[in-house]
Amino acid sequence: MRGSLVRYLTTAALAAAMTLPAAAATQLIGAGSSFDYPFFSKAFYIYSQKNPDVTVNYQSIGSGGGIQQFTAKNVDFGATDVPMNAEELARAGQPVLQVPVALGGAAIAYNLPNVNGTVHLTRQVLADIYLGKILKWNDAQIARLNKGMSLPDMSIIVVHRSDGSGTSYIFTDFLSHVSPEWKSKVGVGKSVSWPAPSSVGAKGTEGVAGQVRSTPGAIGYVELAYVIENKMSAAILQNSAGKWVACSEATVAAAAATKPGVNAKNFSIVDAPGANSYPISGYSWVVVYKKPADSTRAKALYDVLSWLVGPQGQSYARSVDYVPLPVNVQNAASATLRQMQR
Amino acid sequence: MTAEPQFRRVARFVSPADRGFAAVVYGGSILFAVLIVGLFVELVLGSWPSIVAFGPSFIWKSAWDPVTNKFGALPMIYGTVVTSLIGILLAGFVGIMAAVFLADFAPRWLSTPLSFLIELLAAVPSVVYGLWGLFVLAPFVRTTIGPVLQKFLGWTPLFRGETYGVGLLTAGIILALMIVPTVTAISRDVIAAIPRDLREASMALGSTKWETATRVVLPAARVGIFGACILALGRALGETIAVTMVIGNRPEISASLFAPGYTLASVIANEFTEATTSIYTSALIELGLILFIVSVVVNALARLMIWSVRGSRG
Amino acid sequence: MRGRTLGRRRIWGSMGIGVASLCAALGAGALLVILGYVIVQGIGAINWAFLTQLPHPIGVPGGGVGNGILGTIIIIALATAMAIPIGLLTGIYLALFGRGTIPEALRFLSDVLSGVPSIAIGLFAYAVLVAPLKHFSAFSASFAFMMLMLPLLVRTSEQAIRSVPETVREGALALGMSNLRATMTIVLPTARPAIITALLLAIARVTGETAPLLFTAFGTQFWETNPNNPMAVLALQVFTYAISPYPNWQAQAWGGALLLIAAVFILSLGARLMLRRAMRGLDA
Repeated sequence: MRGSLVRYLTTAALAAAMTLPAAAATQLIGAGSSFDYPFFSKAFYIYSQKNPDVTVNYQSIGSGGGIQQFTAKNVDFGATDVPMNAEELARAGQPVLQVPVALGGAAIAYNLPNVNGTVHLTRQVLADIYLGKILKWNDAQIARLNKGMSLPDMSIIVVHRSDGSGTSYIFTDFLSHVSPEWKSKVGVGKSVSWPAPSSVGAKGTEGVAGQVRSTPGAIGYVELAYVIENKMSAAILQNSAGKWVACSEATVAAAAATKPGVNAKNFSIVDAPGANSYPISGYSWVVVYKKPADSTRAKALYDVLSWLVGPQGQSYARSVDYVPLPVNVQNAASATLRQMQR
Repeated sequence: MTAEPQFRRVARFVSPADRGFAAVVYGGSILFAVLIVGLFVELVLGSWPSIVAFGPSFIWKSAWDPVTNKFGALPMIYGTVVTSLIGILLAGFVGIMAAVFLADFAPRWLSTPLSFLIELLAAVPSVVYGLWGLFVLAPFVRTTIGPVLQKFLGWTPLFRGETYGVGLLTAGIILALMIVPTVTAISRDVIAAIPRDLREASMALGSTKWETATRVVLPAARVGIFGACILALGRALGETIAVTMVIGNRPEISASLFAPGYTLASVIANEFTEATTSIYTSALIELGLILFIVSVVVNALARLMIWSVRGSRG
Repeated sequence: MRGRTLGRRRIWGSMGIGVASLCAALGAGALLVILGYVIVQGIGAINWAFLTQLPHPIGVPGGGVGNGILGTIIIIALATAMAIPIGLLTGIYLALFGRGTIPEALRFLSDVLSGVPSIAIGLFAYAVLVAPLKHFSAFSASFAFMMLMLPLLVRTSEQAIRSVPETVREGALALGMSNLRATMTIVLPTARPAIITALLLAIARVTGETAPLLFTAFGTQFWETNPNNPMAVLALQVFTYAISPYPNWQAQAWGGALLLIAAVFILSLGARLMLRRAMRGLDA
């Protein structure tokens, strides 16, 4: 009896301690794109160090998840690599502001042990790999592009996202641009039916990177920062101008520069023209309600987000291998955010 | 096991304190019942849009396409069934053999620690199994078990194709590890409960110890052992995290055991937080409902079998 | 016996025993292998910083799972606080009112609940506590954990109370005690070791549960003690780190796994010791 009494007292004390406000800190909650996660994780950490009374809890659950939780009003803001479409906006039921916050590229990571040099792939070949028409690394079509490299007789294991992913959207958008067969057979989306017979799904960009890293013969689309951080091999692609480009800050920035007036309705920068453009580039967006449900946090939310899209927040992008937003896009983003009622 | 104490209805609630006590006891029990019934009701309510939209064909359709909002559970049911079957076949054989050994052949100083170690397998958290499966078992399957199986059995469709490491086979092996303690512990108890007379009669007729154990004791215990296997199967069907980490997450049906697959539980774990349309959410909840019903039925079946042999709830 | 010589039957027997002993060894060996890997891979990650610090952002080495450990303790404490009253009261009801349709229905429901996969319980917690309230919370995770703990508590408290000899209870009633007092002061204390055993086992079971956490506790990178907010949980962190590509995080996953296994084993051992004491107490 005494034992259970002690247990109850402890629980009561714990409960009392828990309801005490924790240093009056505001915790903002965001969820969504894993594309952004390395950038957000660094940026919000720095922000909390500069503003100790605000913390931002961001969970990387995929763009689809971000939109869903945002629509359900379970989080303060969502992050997604593809802006919400008309149907999703209607479901949200309230005016939504969509702001570009990050710029990055989807590198094509691969795992070929004991192969020197970097694999070169044309856009068509990449599409055929994901369509399941090219099955082995030493296929003639790949070998033709990589003379001088001894490609192994290994099956290509196609890794894709198993969760609803904006990165998948950007990638399938790209594939639809370069391959009419992909466009009609599979289409564009955050979650599609991946046709390649040897394909494996992984959760989050981290999952895809992890899967590629641990499976010889694998290929997958992974945000550039993950590739650099984990020292993975990434393919060199041929862009629409016929030039061979690797995924890097410069090539992604070049692609972005071809569409200065980017907004939530006109956002695609895949397969961009230009000699130095990387073909699988994309913006990542934060979605927030014009009139946030919780008005006490609206000001804190506005402060964080405008810091993030401004020169200060974007300065941390480079340090984690993201591409800072072009200045005109930063200004447009700040202007959109100012519409928030706070 | 302690014998069932004789039961007499003694509850007489007379004094006000007693009436208060009765109210609290009734209240707690009602709350308990409400929670469980509520669980079922919520699952049905949540699945209703999907049930209405897809009807019974949900169970045999193969499409899982969030883009066009067409959902069919067949690949997930297939994955769940195949991985659980692999699990119970492996765990059943190993578990029953181990139980025979521990109950009838191992000396006390050996059977106690061995039983203890096997039971500890049940204590290992699911996520630790997943972690070990992802980093130790999957590479092992890819580099060793896979090629060996392909060499000898590659002519069957079951073992053809690419060995990725992650896939149905790896998930099945992990499940086997997770449920083998259930099979072993219950089977061992059931075997030990078979009366000595049966064994002694068999030996008196000239059987060897092994023949007694396998041809006399095991058949006598078969209902309880079967029940143990069904119970273990029930656990395997609902296992989520360890399977999600090693199954490859592919909503397709393939003949090869090396192929990646998807189970009912894993697809819910992976896709629930991001189901963007209400029909998508509803389809996932319907999967949860299917899982609920299947697990409950399997469990009930198992318990019936085990009770009939052991004669007590436990 | 089918004309086989005794010798040959003995050989079959020896082979059979060999296979059976190998199976037993396989089971025990598997446990040792898994344990071995977790210890070897995880021990390197365990240090004071790992146990007490917050996770660091990607690219910043170091960091720890301090908030996950705290979150696990808080969530389990809350779940226990909710599960004990409901479980005990239902167990008392079943022990006092043994036969009849309602008690049998309750027992049936308890068996049903024990077979429900934890992911389905997570869906329930989401539908009831996350969706309507529009935010993730540690409390919803505790609710899910409570559901997982209940069947064991109900079943054990019923059995433990029924194991108290009827004479003891009748004696108390004969002395004029109300049922309430008799139960609380005489019957429950006698049943207590068994109930504590069940509690320890139930806690051991939920310590490693991850599936329901995916859409209830949600996780966070910061210290959190308010159960109304999302909270970090060690099992969830292990999952997230394990499927990530960062070697730093993967090492921490092993460390977290070691902590989880250690916690579960200690709890199970504690339960065994309590069980032994309970058995001794009943025989006394």
